[in-house]
Amino acid sequence: MIEIDNITKVYDGRPAVDAVSMTIESATITAIVGTSGSGKSTLLRMVNRLVEPTSGQVRINGEPTAGLPKNALRRRIGYAIQGHGLFPHHTVARNIGAVPRLLGWDKDKIYTRVNELLDLFSMPPDEFRDRYPAELSGGQQQRVGVARALASRPDLLLMDEPFGALDPIIRTRAQTDLHRIQRTLGSTILLVTHDMEEAIQLGDQVAVMDQGQLVQHGTPAEIITNPATEFVAEMVGGVDRPLRLLSLLSVSQILEEGAAEGEPIDEEASLREALSVCLWSGRNAVPVERNGNPIGRVTLEAIRSRAEGIHEPS
Amino acid sequence: MSRANFLRVIVVSLLLALVLRPEWFAPMFEPFTPPGAAVIYDRTSLLSLSLSHLGIVALASVAAIVVAVLLAILVTRPQGKAFLPLSRTIANMGQTFPPVAVLALAVPMLGFGAGPTLVALFLYGILPIFENTMTGLSTLPPATMEAARGIGLSRRQRLLQVELPLALPLILTGVRLSVVIAIGTATIGSTVAAHTLGEVIIAGLLTNNTSYVLQGGLIVGLFAVLIYDALTQLEASIRKRLGVK
Repeated sequence: MIEIDNITKVYDGRPAVDAVSMTIESATITAIVGTSGSGKSTLLRMVNRLVEPTSGQVRINGEPTAGLPKNALRRRIGYAIQGHGLFPHHTVARNIGAVPRLLGWDKDKIYTRVNELLDLFSMPPDEFRDRYPAELSGGQQQRVGVARALASRPDLLLMDEPFGALDPIIRTRAQTDLHRIQRTLGSTILLVTHDMEEAIQLGDQVAVMDQGQLVQHGTPAEIITNPATEFVAEMVGGVDRPLRLLSLLSVSQILEEGAAEGEPIDEEASLREALSVCLWSGRNAVPVERNGNPIGRVTLEAIRSRAEGIHEPS
Repeated sequence: MSRANFLRVIVVSLLLALVLRPEWFAPMFEPFTPPGAAVIYDRTSLLSLSLSHLGIVALASVAAIVVAVLLAILVTRPQGKAFLPLSRTIANMGQTFPPVAVLALAVPMLGFGAGPTLVALFLYGILPIFENTMTGLSTLPPATMEAARGIGLSRRQRLLQVELPLALPLILTGVRLSVVIAIGTATIGSTVAAHTLGEVIIAGLLTNNTSYVLQGGLIVGLFAVLIYDALTQLEASIRKRLGVK
């Protein structure tokens, strides 16, 4: 558990981060969203003390970070940033093994760990270990950057706009990958983004920052259905709100008995996808399947009722 | 063999022949020799002159590299920023002082011989290396530097494992410029009795013997070209390893 306790950073007499407190549960993703200048990156960088807080405290599993030597602290916290920041003169394997090497792991252990991570990110070790970052595509570089951040099994992973430099298609894939890997490894992630869509997709919790203050902190559904301020409402985007809400729910949640015509969709699909299928094929109901076997249907009517803001999603 | 390598072999052979078997070239230099004078310089062996010439250049360059790189590292650290203008001035002064003036000033202190030449070459060589190292260290990719800090590399580890390796191609460019300038400039050291290939050229000028001047000039020129080429190759291979253009 990571506790950020009443933390403030003042630059030239003006607070960049103003008395922010929040708790991040272990094995969850918390996404901090805000416009540029909202203080979200500063907040993130105070956790691994790339920026020293003016006042306040960060505790990792109860231990205040201020008491630890900076470099030792940073080696315990994964850090992945926009534009990956890989070492261009080191191979992929050496980049990923950077922190374990700093921590003095023995060679065999590092070797195995690097292979494990490359496999996890669907990059065959035999093919990628000895390549240099310049020989990889943007998406691959980004994956190596995240793999490096995860290499020493850190208590916490900090990510500063990790997908900011990727084009939309690769970006979506990288987000899906991150979600899968986080669930597999049970990592605790604190992620900064300016993109509300990304925050809603990835975050178990979303924290919205505006002018150095934490204006709302809650589940994505709470943020969408019940924005605390004008600013949050604007970030969530008035027109898209029903669609964003639907994207958080899966088909299985409004499954009903019965049959329907046409191509089926998987029960894991989101209601947004189901809606899209209905509209595109002009159907009022779509069959739902689990592992390829039909288990029921989802109707346009039911989807519509869940898209209305008055329903608190379950 | 590629054309470039073929050319290299020819130039190296030509240089070796000029240094080790100068008498082979007697017919070529004959027309430039005044009547009654020797065609080929034979007062000292050209090999010993070449080795001493290169030795002086190497010594002065190593000293210039050490000083210039250390100075550049110092002024790119946060606590050394205040020294930047001063270091720049010193490095620039080294370059503006003509080497001949340095020789003239150094002789009274260091006496005749290699000493004054070493000092002149050293001072002259600092600036290009200093400027290039500084550019190299202050234009590192920001995301890489941020990540290096963020994953917990200490200052020293960042300098040795990230900053210097990444700045290496630029540092080498500075070294190359410096060394090539030094190879040419070392010839004037012979005016104050340093043992360099300048001796051949100066002897030629004093006795109106153009063939001596040509011999000395040719050997110095070929050394400069070959060393320039070798350092360029080294730089290119390092750049390739770094994946930068």
